[in-house]
Amino acid sequence: MDRATVEPRIRSIIEPFNKKEVAIADATTFAGDLEFDSLTVMDFVAAIEDEFDIIISMNQQAEIESYGQLVDAVTKMVAE
Amino acid sequence: MSDGVMQADQPQELEGEGKDLFSKFDDTIAMRENLLASGVEDPFSLVMEKVLSPTRAICNGRETILLGTYNYMGMTFDPDVIEAGTQALRDFGSGTTGSRVLNGTYQGHKECEDALREFYGMDHAMVFSTGYQANLGIISTIAGKGDYVVLDIDSHASIWDGCAMGNAEIVPFKHNDITAMEKRLKRIPEGAGKLVVLEGVYSMLGDVAPLKEMVKIAKDNGAMVLVDEAHSMGFIGEHGRGVVEDAGVMDDVDLIIGTFSKSVGTVGGFCVSNHPKFEIMRLMCRPYVFTASLPPSVVATAATSIRKLMDAKDKRAHLWQNSRRLHGGLTDLGFTLGTEEPQSAIVAVIMPDLEQGAAMWSALLSEGLYVNLARPPATPANMTLLRCSLCAEHSEEEVETILGMFERAGKAVGII
Repeated sequence: MDRATVEPRIRSIIEPFNKKEVAIADATTFAGDLEFDSLTVMDFVAAIEDEFDIIISMNQQAEIESYGQLVDAVTKMVAE
Repeated sequence: MSDGVMQADQPQELEGEGKDLFSKFDDTIAMRENLLASGVEDPFSLVMEKVLSPTRAICNGRETILLGTYNYMGMTFDPDVIEAGTQALRDFGSGTTGSRVLNGTYQGHKECEDALREFYGMDHAMVFSTGYQANLGIISTIAGKGDYVVLDIDSHASIWDGCAMGNAEIVPFKHNDITAMEKRLKRIPEGAGKLVVLEGVYSMLGDVAPLKEMVKIAKDNGAMVLVDEAHSMGFIGEHGRGVVEDAGVMDDVDLIIGTFSKSVGTVGGFCVSNHPKFEIMRLMCRPYVFTASLPPSVVATAATSIRKLMDAKDKRAHLWQNSRRLHGGLTDLGFTLGTEEPQSAIVAVIMPDLEQGAAMWSALLSEGLYVNLARPPATPANMTLLRCSLCAEHSEEEVETILGMFERAGKAVGII
């Protein structure tokens, strides 16, 4: 699965979490732009994990600040 | 001596006036100032001027019923417990001044561990200086680099800190969600070590974990299981061993963590286990090694209390009765509670917001009732809670008095 396949799937998962309807680009940050609190992060991460059947541990989450980084990380995980 | 050594570092001035390392707390400072400006008493600076019994104290010159102490079994003034502590203080002195692995293991520490082994019917027991350190130490020590810790998102701070201190991969799941836990366990790469961390009773809402199902799934997926029974020891289960006993999974759980600061009525923490290699923890676990052991009087009171808790059936029954009455009474008054049914000795009353929660807390204190005000970020889903923890020493009449206080305060604040 390449980035072009992964990206639209993540984009559709993020929709219900994007309460403020922020325009999403690779540079969009979860904490700053999307204002995700810790509970939203947990639900959102769980949705991504279920979609791709992967684990994104909190250690890995700490490295992911922006949308683009998330897409890259998921693309890499599903390739492994 | 050169001047260089005597002169303090002179960091470059940071951008922004008056900004320093404490600036990151400005939001919390402002929130606190706003709350106090509304005229409520500071919920986090209450002083107990005198303590009369496990259920009564003098606060601000007023006699106050205590309904937020975790003193579930009311052991703090038990005559046998007091006597044991006094005797140990006389015989062994005020403190050990040393680590458990150096000069800090006295006869009393061994006797306390014997009492725990008997209480739980387990092979090994290790006493820590606090419950916090027990979680911190055991979790960070056994789950290392490359291992996975799967834990409930509503876990206590000491569990999270144990995770943060270790090097394992940390994977939380939605509170009490059996399917979410199972999915995560199944996705862990083959060959990796797995630890599932659960609590018997979750202290914020007072709800119980579905341990029967969760422990089975954890074992089926090759994980070790650690259960924190801080809020259930002495009370839940036929012998007071906790939710693990009640759920019938004592033999499947690898490690039980607990505390002396709740039902046992003093301070300290412990871990019990049947693992054949458990004793090596005494050398590997830094929060056990690099701190002074508990004072002799503390372990003597703990051991005496633990032994009395084994036979405290009547007290357990009365505490259940209190919990059911308070839960039912508050529900009838129209309060929203953390659980639909009483599941433990904690009854959490959900407040509409922090302002009304603080006003209600203050109104209850004026009535002569102390409860815990719990607020984000310690609470799940950003709730403000008035957390009530019952004691086996609360009389039936006292519980009725408490309900009257809640009714008056709730109406005054406009919550019911």
